[in-house]
Amino acid sequence: MQSDTTKPADREPDRPVITRRLDRLFLDLADVSSFVGRFFREMFLPPYEFKEIVRQCYEVGYRSLLLISTTGFITGIVFTNQSRPSLTEFGAASWLPSLIAIAIVRALGPLVTALIAAGKVGSSIGAELGSMNVTEQIDAMEVSGTDPFKFLVVSRVIATSFTIPLLTMYTIFVALIGAYINVNQHEQTSFTSYIQEVFGAITYVDIFASLIKSIVFGFTIGIVGCYKGYHSSKGTEGVGKAANSAVVTSMFLVFIEELLSLQIVGAIRGS
Amino acid sequence: MTPSTEPVITIRGLCKSFGDLHVLQGVDLDVFRSENVVVLGRSGTGKSVLIKIMVGLLKPDAGSVVVLSQAVDQLRGRDLDAFRRQVGFSFQSSALYDSMSIRENLEFPLVRNIRNLSRADIDRAVEEALDDVGLSQTINQMPSELSGGQRKRIGIARTMILKPEIMLYDEPTAGLDPITCIEINNLINEVRERYKATSIIITHDLTCAKATGDRVAMLLDGKFERVGTFDEVFADPDERVQQFYNYNFVN
Repeated sequence: MQSDTTKPADREPDRPVITRRLDRLFLDLADVSSFVGRFFREMFLPPYEFKEIVRQCYEVGYRSLLLISTTGFITGIVFTNQSRPSLTEFGAASWLPSLIAIAIVRALGPLVTALIAAGKVGSSIGAELGSMNVTEQIDAMEVSGTDPFKFLVVSRVIATSFTIPLLTMYTIFVALIGAYINVNQHEQTSFTSYIQEVFGAITYVDIFASLIKSIVFGFTIGIVGCYKGYHSSKGTEGVGKAANSAVVTSMFLVFIEELLSLQIVGAIRGS
Repeated sequence: MTPSTEPVITIRGLCKSFGDLHVLQGVDLDVFRSENVVVLGRSGTGKSVLIKIMVGLLKPDAGSVVVLSQAVDQLRGRDLDAFRRQVGFSFQSSALYDSMSIRENLEFPLVRNIRNLSRADIDRAVEEALDDVGLSQTINQMPSELSGGQRKRIGIARTMILKPEIMLYDEPTAGLDPITCIEINNLINEVRERYKATSIIITHDLTCAKATGDRVAMLLDGKFERVGTFDEVFADPDERVQQFYNYNFVN
């Protein structure tokens, strides 16, 4: 069926233009670009789905809080515990709060949140839209006079782009609390001096870079989940594949983006 | 009810292919106001493709589809949305929104298409639609809690809530037990009586075709080879038509 949810990649010509595999790659790239382009175009056009965006923010944010809290807290404790022996060996145990702050704010906080969100939110978006596609719910929405792209895709991508940065800030906070408990237990450092050392080590550039990075991660997780679900192949197997592929692809892209951001922020700091 | 002589759907030379598979190869059909036309054909012959083209879900390769004096493939944006409000589509899978309750499912097309409706108006319309299909008690249930037949009826109620002029039913009795099939057939006839709607019913169930259709159009090899009353179509000695009849009624 060549409906709105069919990818151009599924409409490849009978005879390959270059090779079948390269043709498919280029068609896929063209389709992803058109999907992203359509998102930016429709995002600014009325009607605006505020109610659905708020509902999605609740789904993405509030429903991930418990998992994010647990993961962030444990990350803080484990990272502190693992870093201590090396620093103690060089007589630099007092640098522990600074090291923790830099690692958590610059890398661990955004990365851990993005990976958790890719697993929980990305798969859920992929599976939900995939299942809606398979059971003709997307077509039903379209024939009832509602633009399914705007209602389903735009609202979810805005929600992930907005909520994942907030979750990242929350993860950083919880991880720093976890780290403090560990530091306080072993080094008897007071909360005030811990906070002073933490904020002495990080800069506005660190926080700002983490925030921007998280917005990009959130956008990636949302758009990949929606793309995979919206274009899932028909049948229950297609739903599973969409969910799985949403997680794998968004995790891979998050790591690539982390690497790129490292270079960009490094260049900004150097200049 | 006697159908009028005014065609509300005119299909001429409609062609649609998927790769090498030529599904529709020059389909012609006129459907008149308040008429029930049943489109019969084996699975994979393009019956669902035909009605998806009629609501603009698929684009034809060639030919024209004029519904309510509008060329469907020329419609875009708001014109297409306005057109779709006049044409109801009942999906084979019912296509109820899983994440919404029955009340929310029925409210959805209403609140998205008609601005400034009061809460009381919405509640009244939802209750009326559920009452029409005899499922008022399901209002706060989720689609997953309903049987196949109930889902079909809720799907029809959701489609009817905007009171469309044309109803398209995609396999309304597929996968249902014989008693529920009869209930759905009666509901299709009631919809026509109550709302004076024109209907196209896609099916391969001859009992449904006989019970609901004023005319039957048989899709064979991508074209409507036989169009007429049920008895006229099946009086034809064509082997393909007889095979279809025998499979349903003899086997």
